[in-house]
Amino acid sequence: MFDRILIANRGEIARRIMRTSHRLGLTTVAVYSDADAELPHVNEATCAVNVGPGPAADSYLNTERVLRAARETNAQAVHPGYGFLSENPDFADAVQRAGLVWIGPSPATMRLVADKAQARSLMEELGVPVNAGSAVNDFDDARRVAEGVGFPLMVKSCSGGGGIGMEVVHSVSALQSAVERCQSFGSRFFGSSEVLVERYMANAKHIEVQIMGYADGHVDVLGERECSVQRRFQKVLEETPSLALRQDVRDRLVKAALAGAEGIGYVGAGTFEFLVSDDAIAFLEVNARIQVEHPITEMTTGYDVVAKQLHIASEGQVADLARTTDAVFDHALEMRLYAEDPVRFFPSPGPLDVFTLPDGESIRVETGYRQGNTVSRHYDPLLAKICVGASSRPESIELAIDALSEVNVQGVKTNKDFLLEVLNDADFSSGKYDVRIASRLRSSATKVESAVAIPVVEG
Amino acid sequence: MDVIAPMLANVWKVCVRDGDTVQSGEVLVILECMKMEIPVEAPIDGVIKILVEEGEMVEEDTVLASVGQ
Repeated sequence: MFDRILIANRGEIARRIMRTSHRLGLTTVAVYSDADAELPHVNEATCAVNVGPGPAADSYLNTERVLRAARETNAQAVHPGYGFLSENPDFADAVQRAGLVWIGPSPATMRLVADKAQARSLMEELGVPVNAGSAVNDFDDARRVAEGVGFPLMVKSCSGGGGIGMEVVHSVSALQSAVERCQSFGSRFFGSSEVLVERYMANAKHIEVQIMGYADGHVDVLGERECSVQRRFQKVLEETPSLALRQDVRDRLVKAALAGAEGIGYVGAGTFEFLVSDDAIAFLEVNARIQVEHPITEMTTGYDVVAKQLHIASEGQVADLARTTDAVFDHALEMRLYAEDPVRFFPSPGPLDVFTLPDGESIRVETGYRQGNTVSRHYDPLLAKICVGASSRPESIELAIDALSEVNVQGVKTNKDFLLEVLNDADFSSGKYDVRIASRLRSSATKVESAVAIPVVEG
Repeated sequence: MDVIAPMLANVWKVCVRDGDTVQSGEVLVILECMKMEIPVEAPIDGVIKILVEEGEMVEEDTVLASVGQ
């Protein structure tokens, strides 16, 4: 096991990684920007290094500064968390070249799955179902795909994280402008103008499978998560297990994730994402890192995902089961409390004049902030993850509603009311909801501009 | 008619060019704040005059563009 690791992240995930690290006897190094100097992750670490001014590009994404911080503090390994540098294979390479251990899958694996077209072809070869479609380099190719597959189609850049630059189109003319936009977006932000055009599974559930790969080639599956409550591809509420999912479909998802992970020799924590519609399943992408919503997996399996990551990165395997000391529940759900204007869905940075979050035996809260901190406009709008666990889904939902009633945030606006709307929705309660739920709820409210998530905060 | 920024943000993407004819509702500029994309639309039909550049930081109420006849 390592003696000391550096966490190349901030906020709630930095604290969460530190908590397990300290529990396992490691010392930790935090990095922080000028804008985050007062945040709890800074003084909870064994030591902290300032990596620059507010804007992420100048601080948390500044690979030179982050590496220097690791060297100066004698960290042996780097945990990138999610977002930021977690899916940057060049940074992972640099960490390894500096003689440090990268806590995550290898740069080769990262590169393989980062290219959505490549990941898709690979999964197809391994027998994993994928949506009909293909990678294209121009509109003519895209039109041919449309002729073969029909509409609706999903158009997205082959590079970059999920969420931004994704469009669903229903006609050839919409396809043309979507392809052009994706190409220009892709070139500008990810240096690639390759675009993926696939049949869009409308009315599907977003179900993902958590896997853990070991150095000996063995892969464990740690259950699935349903993440269908999404506003413009930004996850808002996740749950596990997905009780509306038939067992035979679940078995096929697990089988597909195992085939995929084993097939590419995946080592470390990872998530295979799928769309599920009735009994049809289709691979979406692999996220080669820890995910925001991992706590609900921990609450229902008893495993500590971060502990497993640390063991695998340092020893190649997990000698014991890396169990948590916390209770294990039959059902858990996570609510993402975002700093956003609930009417216009704009982000809402500002001071946390009042910041009260719920507490209790069945509640697990992860937050990067304390009262008095400023929610900076330079980072994602996640204020806190409020997770609840229970012995049944109806009980989780009730607990979640109660927990939300204890949330008191003043100084920034939040999506608390939106979360309550979801929890009180009939389709949500029955479990028979799909990825349309958030926009249905939204459209029944005021008709306003909505903000779309850019994929730095992962899902 | 002036098209203004709803909040402090970065001009992430300018989607139209000076002199383009746009329709009401067409996305003119996409701002970015807190990793969220904020589309700003044309309030009326007309000819665009773009007043900001990609990468620029704008404050609330900054005029991003004007739509004229």
